[in-house]
Amino acid sequence: MYQFNYQKAGSADEAASAVTAAEDGRFLAGGMTLIPTLKQRLAQPSDLVDLAGISDLVGIEDGGDSITIKGMTRHVDVANSDLVKSKIPALASLADNIGDPQVRNRGTIGGSLANNDPAADYPAAVLGLNATVITNKREIAAEDYFDGMFTTVLEEGELITAVRFPIPAKAAYMKFPNPASRYALVGVMVAQTGGDTRVAVTGAGQDGVFRASEIESALSANWSADAAKAVKMSDDGLNADIHASAEYRAHLISVMASRAVTAAG
Amino acid sequence: MTGTGIGASVKRVEDQRFLTGNGNYTDDINRPGQSHAWILRSPHAHATITSVDISKAEKADGVIAIFTGADMAADGVGGLPCGWHIHNKDGSPMLEPGHPPLAHEKVRHVGDQVAIVIAATHDAARDAAELIEVDYGVLPAVINMDAALAGGTLVHDDVPNNRCFDWEIGDKNAVEAAFAAADHVVSIDLVNNRLIPNAMEPRAAISEFDRSSGQYTLHTTTQNPHVIRLLMGAFVLQIPEHKLRIVAPDVGGGFGSKIFHYAEEAILTWAAAKVHQPIKWTAERSESFATDAHGRDHETHADLALDKSGKFLGLRVATKANVGAYLSTFGSSVPTYLYATLLAGVYTTPAIYAEVQTVFTNTVPVDAYRGAGRPECTYLLERLVTKAARQVGIDPVALRKMNMIQPDQYPYQTPVALMYDCGDSPATFESALKASDYAGFGARRAAAEKSGKLRGIGISTYVEACGIAPSAVAGALGARAGLYESAQVRVHPTGSVTVYTGTHSHGQGHETTFAQLVSESFGIPIDQIEISHGDTDQVQFGMGTYGSRSLAVGGPAILNACNKVIDKAKKIAAHIMEADVSDIEFADGKFTVAGTDKEMAFAEISLAAYVPHNYPIEEIEPGLDENAFYDPLNFSFPGGAHICEVEIDPETGDTEIISFTAVDDVGRVVNPMIVEGQVHGGLAQGVGQAMLEGCVYDDAGQLLTGSYMDYTMPRADNLPNFSVATQSVMGASNPLEVKGVGEVGAIGSPPAVINAILDALAPLGVDDISMPATSLKVWQAIQESSVRQAAE
Ligand SMILES: Cc1cc2nc3c(=O)[nH]c(=O)nc-3n(C[C@H](O)[C@H](O)[C@H](O)COP(=O)(O)OP(=O)(O)OC[C@H]3O[C@@H](n4cnc5c(N)ncnc54)[C@H](O)[C@@H]3O)c2cc1C
Repeated sequence: MYQFNYQKAGSADEAASAVTAAEDGRFLAGGMTLIPTLKQRLAQPSDLVDLAGISDLVGIEDGGDSITIKGMTRHVDVANSDLVKSKIPALASLADNIGDPQVRNRGTIGGSLANNDPAADYPAAVLGLNATVITNKREIAAEDYFDGMFTTVLEEGELITAVRFPIPAKAAYMKFPNPASRYALVGVMVAQTGGDTRVAVTGAGQDGVFRASEIESALSANWSADAAKAVKMSDDGLNADIHASAEYRAHLISVMASRAVTAAG
Repeated sequence: MTGTGIGASVKRVEDQRFLTGNGNYTDDINRPGQSHAWILRSPHAHATITSVDISKAEKADGVIAIFTGADMAADGVGGLPCGWHIHNKDGSPMLEPGHPPLAHEKVRHVGDQVAIVIAATHDAARDAAELIEVDYGVLPAVINMDAALAGGTLVHDDVPNNRCFDWEIGDKNAVEAAFAAADHVVSIDLVNNRLIPNAMEPRAAISEFDRSSGQYTLHTTTQNPHVIRLLMGAFVLQIPEHKLRIVAPDVGGGFGSKIFHYAEEAILTWAAAKVHQPIKWTAERSESFATDAHGRDHETHADLALDKSGKFLGLRVATKANVGAYLSTFGSSVPTYLYATLLAGVYTTPAIYAEVQTVFTNTVPVDAYRGAGRPECTYLLERLVTKAARQVGIDPVALRKMNMIQPDQYPYQTPVALMYDCGDSPATFESALKASDYAGFGARRAAAEKSGKLRGIGISTYVEACGIAPSAVAGALGARAGLYESAQVRVHPTGSVTVYTGTHSHGQGHETTFAQLVSESFGIPIDQIEISHGDTDQVQFGMGTYGSRSLAVGGPAILNACNKVIDKAKKIAAHIMEADVSDIEFADGKFTVAGTDKEMAFAEISLAAYVPHNYPIEEIEPGLDENAFYDPLNFSFPGGAHICEVEIDPETGDTEIISFTAVDDVGRVVNPMIVEGQVHGGLAQGVGQAMLEGCVYDDAGQLLTGSYMDYTMPRADNLPNFSVATQSVMGASNPLEVKGVGEVGAIGSPPAVINAILDALAPLGVDDISMPATSLKVWQAIQESSVRQAAE
């Protein structure tokens, strides 16, 4: 690691202004992505502003027709939340399959969404469930939030304080893990929410999470596993690497979508 | 009875400290006044070093010294040696290009050492390393073995066609005759995938130089401290043994990768005398991936000749083995004498001929990795035999049985140099078939089919060679060292015992197993026994631990030293109890006079030996402290049968191992629990090779699998609950009757897994898949076969 200044913020506002004031400030949440990056000397921030200890940023709230998960809520707490398990079981099980217990005990929803790893799981939940990302400055619709791999519309010093998920009529997430990293080789969230049929795909796209409109229209016409499976996805714009060809990923999208439909009921 | 002798599942005594964080690993050790090193490594696979400018770096905060390859060359430091000399077919010697510890004039793989920065802190050293300006003249890299053999780009200017040697074994004419007479010829092309060892503890070292005594000390993560002392002292740094102390404290796994003498050991030791401060270096995980010697990496074509009935007549094998950019310590012996000498396997094939070319490429050196040569051989044989069964139309079980060496044929001389001393492959095979309910597989396949899964079963039967000895034989084959083992058994005055063994434990549990040998021998409980290893200032010369040799070669040395102790103790007992030595009996820790009720405990005799008031001083010396060196009569030959059952999801290619049965003949079992653990670990690594692990370099020589994000290690949920059993014919070549167990799991299992996958895919017309058989490859094989079938 290179040297950096460590600051611990007492509130979201304090954190945001500390990052803005710093020469090259960064929020530190669970550190599961940021710390390895620093250890490999791939980043050299001047200041880390630790969000741990800001109690306002932790917790899961029942909004009636939605659930709001605060930015510093850990994966393990989403996975174990009775509220999430009963209202959006797809989201609880998604969180329960992120990484390993150590990662789930530290990693946070805000950190995951700010990082927007193209193979991360939460982006599929946000886009597939039509969630709203809430920051210290504004509310951002899922559709507008993601901006290509490892990029979002967050501005400097903009802090994710919460994410609001509307309760879907049906939803399920299916992940085909990368054998090495266990991130998503392909992960698909299917949902019926707010009258829409939504299918969000992570792990596969060169630009990160995206909606599979072909499968959405197939499922809107006929909500069935077979309808999803019958869609032959194009491999245009899909990732190819040592773990999967673009063709394999395209195929897995349909298969995972169909299995998700079965799981969603 | 102590309850801690041979055959007891004694809990591993070392685990208390390992599991409570009290292990003493190299990185746990800190020396007064210690400095820290960072090794600057080449980012290029192949480049000339035009210049190295350290002027900015030298001035950075905390920097003590910076050295480059030019500094070591100016000091006349030698190259890292290779421990096994191989001859070409025409009798000429293999080519051994120089391997300077710090690259000089040229770098040959990504991660090659370019400079050492020594500073007050680790971070200061690393910061300063970023200020070193190296001017590289980047050259094309050669990664693929065929491209390397075609010449063009040369890894070493003095090695034409990048060929290190072209070696052969066996009777070529006899094999040609066998093929001429054959009814069937079955051919196969295989790749044995390159693996990255991934010991839990990365390599580390601390070097020291004592100005008053002129003594060097190196703490290092090695499996064989005396071998490092010999190689580094004699060949690289010219330090005599009495001025060089190597200490291998607790070492967190090796799997072969910590046998070899690594550049960092020499660089640190040499530099300690320059800076007059201890220097510490610990590899980061990324450095482990990029610089620990890798394993396997063979490409092989083989043909098997059979007669009408299915009897094997002849085997012809041509292998290319990648040795990487430099010859590592045993890089030349692994693809030759540890590989092709086992090509008979468990079969009576009368004529065998193999040729092996080893090839330099711009990749990290390749050397021994759990099994070292024997997994490559077993994979080849068991894939080929399974293919033959299918091609010739004989049941794979029947074909194997028909060709197996029968128990009454031992000792069995193979056509490729080895003489198997004993074994019973038909028996272990039969037990494995029974334990796996092989007969009931059809019903399980049908049930799987109903739930949309493809189920397959795969067999592997194997024999392997452990111990790598006797020394005279190894020497005749090119080994540049002896391969005996040593032990000193020191009985203390009050009857507790310290054993100094020349082997080294880095996870295997020697502190328990070896103590059990002594417990059995002396009739004392193991809490009275300490096993000491790893410090060349404490332990007599020994050869260390690899090739499943520790119990098979190190064990008899301990036993022999124990017997010397007992012989001497009997004389003392005879004197004190006023009896004739021939009347003294020793059992359960007591010396008795036959036919009387006179007895003395072990501790009474040891006390008498050190307080010799009433003692046969004219006949024997005081003290009870004996040593022994043991050179075995032959290799030992563990073997067995592994059977794997898989289910494949044809939609995704996802493959699950449903069951895995291993029945292994490891000779006498000293600690059944440790043996079972060793088999489990070996199987996990074998499954890893078969389905998960594969090292990938791109064409420019960059390592694409340089972290756990891309290199797939086996995890618990990749594995079934293994069904393992031992079924032994007692070893015939050493007095303990042991054979070795450290590697059997990794040797037998990969072909069982692949044969199972191919069995599952056979109905689709798939007849080949390469390791690691990932879900991607399985899916692709299914796609290609259905495309092909549609086209037909
Ligand atoms: C071994 C391992 C396995 C993993 N497996 C998976 C997996 O299977 N699926 C998956 O989805 N992820 C996986 N992850 C990633 C994990 O989910 C991380 O927790 C997540 O990517 C980052 O969350 P964090 O809280 O650790 O953020 P940090 O690492 O602390 O921060 C990440 C980035 O986000 C910024 N940031 C953090 N919080 C906020 C905020 N509230 N507002 C704005 N910016 C913020 C930081 O400045 C930093 O740039 C894995 C990680 C590891 C180490």
